[in-house]
Amino acid sequence: MSTQVGFRQKAKKKKIRIDNFKTVLVTVAAIIFAFIFLLPTILTVTNSFMSASEISANYGSIFATTEKGGKVFISKTVNLKFIPDMVSFSQYYTVLFKSPEYLFKFWNSIIYVGPIVVFQLLIATLASYGFARYSGKLKNAIFFAYIIMMLMPYQVTLVPNFLVSRAIGIYGTKWAIWLPGIFSPFAVYLLTKFMRRIPTEVMEAASIDGADEWYIFSRICFPLCKGGIASISILVFFDYWNMVEQPLILLPDSDMHPLSVFLSKINAGEISLAFAVAVIYLVPPLLIFLYGEDYLVEGISYQGGIKG
Amino acid sequence: MFIPTPTKLTTLQKKKLISWLFLLPSLLGVILFFVAPFGVVIYYSMINNPIQKEFVGFDNFINVWNNAAFKQAASNSLIFSLIAVPLAVVLSLFLAAVMESRIPFKSYFRTFFLSPLMVPTASVVLIWQVMFHHNGIVNNFMVFFGQNKVDWLKSDKAAIVIVALFLWKNLGYNMILFMSALASIPKDLLEVAALENANKWQVFWIVKVRYMSSTILFVAIMSLISSFKVFREVYLMTGDYPYQTLYILQHFMNNTFASLDYQKLSSAAIIMFIVVTILVYIMYAIENWFGKDIEG
Repeated sequence: MSTQVGFRQKAKKKKIRIDNFKTVLVTVAAIIFAFIFLLPTILTVTNSFMSASEISANYGSIFATTEKGGKVFISKTVNLKFIPDMVSFSQYYTVLFKSPEYLFKFWNSIIYVGPIVVFQLLIATLASYGFARYSGKLKNAIFFAYIIMMLMPYQVTLVPNFLVSRAIGIYGTKWAIWLPGIFSPFAVYLLTKFMRRIPTEVMEAASIDGADEWYIFSRICFPLCKGGIASISILVFFDYWNMVEQPLILLPDSDMHPLSVFLSKINAGEISLAFAVAVIYLVPPLLIFLYGEDYLVEGISYQGGIKG
Repeated sequence: MFIPTPTKLTTLQKKKLISWLFLLPSLLGVILFFVAPFGVVIYYSMINNPIQKEFVGFDNFINVWNNAAFKQAASNSLIFSLIAVPLAVVLSLFLAAVMESRIPFKSYFRTFFLSPLMVPTASVVLIWQVMFHHNGIVNNFMVFFGQNKVDWLKSDKAAIVIVALFLWKNLGYNMILFMSALASIPKDLLEVAALENANKWQVFWIVKVRYMSSTILFVAIMSLISSFKVFREVYLMTGDYPYQTLYILQHFMNNTFASLDYQKLSSAAIIMFIVVTILVYIMYAIENWFGKDIEG
């Protein structure tokens, strides 16, 4: 008996040791992964504190090709530095106080993205209720069409978008960005998946008690979906905060472009400001991300749940 | 048994009608901004030019199909998606399995893996250019380990850069999806497997993967969407005329757009539409076949 117990304890100890070893191994792997994942963000932030000359000395050769005949000193090598030689706020100073165009474009971004998030979610919440409440052949077919439309790459939808915005006379105005964004099927698809998980009995019970559909929607369905709505708004926000194609094609006037377009067209002349502008541009998504991460994770978890 | 009386039936019908009212705003918008314009695109794809408007049947499609640039762009894009999407599924499943095991600071790791989701495209492009430049950080590493420098964005290796960018951006999101799916597998299912002496691999493949088949489909669909979105980063990184393996549909569409060739654009859009629909259909079919025993 006693030897058996001893043997068991030994085996247990050995197992613990193997487990510990595995834990360390997995943790180290996770740390390496995490570092790679964080690297671009860290670099953007630290580099934003470099002075203009330090940046063009370090990265100039990348962007030199895009500028014709630049005569600035540019080193042949690219030095990726984590820590600037001298911490300088000159980039921020220039962006925030000397060149209002950046803040102006930042404001453009907010003007486009805010209404899109709010109204896309509003319309999608209604529509998802419509899809989830009763299903029939026609509704299922329409829902499948929504999925297909959602899946279409921009390259496909941009041409139709361009044509329709010209036809109804909103080409070149803010509405050309707002309206297609507001009616995008993306949120409808995710929210419908979310709502279909609410047990039908809950809504039927209220219905038998004499509640009308609007009551069931606003008092029963909506409160249960708050988490999903929050997480989908975050995803929609990230998506439109980064839009590049739509403004480029639908807004010929570059003064109306959001900062995302401007940032992505940055060239050698402005490279020194790029990092600071990028950091400023990162602030809203960062705040939303840190504040809403739990919603986001919960909402994403729901989307792909076992039951489609 | 409850037998619906005629009056009950009409209230049900009324309710169904009301549920359509909820759908209406979205439906109108979608018809106006997505369906109707697509009809116009189909029309454009079948006429010779916007002025004469002569019906030419499938000539435009044949022209686009035979267009060397389109072929190059389409095959590059398709190859990219076919490599990147399965990789994204497998690697994020792996990451989720790692996160399921006992490691400290789990929630921090989760945050880190999810963080690429919020980094603006432009910063990503900027940093990626710096990292994969001929004298950039990745090549410095290669030299450090005694390898030769690689001209990442101007050689056949360029595809690696793009796949890496795509994975970096999307693994965290997919990982969350798999983590929740793994957590929701019923414990008794795993216990039965243990009782029947299934080894770890069997448990993983026969129980877990099959149980998660609908999640896998969802992850694959979301990854497919993101794989189209990554074309934006590629385009921004490489400009209008990149190295040939990086010439993707985004470049083709942008360059065609610049020349305002509506027929070409429309036909190309419709060809892409058909290909995407077929891809999605195949994924659904695979999921149906793979997870048919599990009622989902």
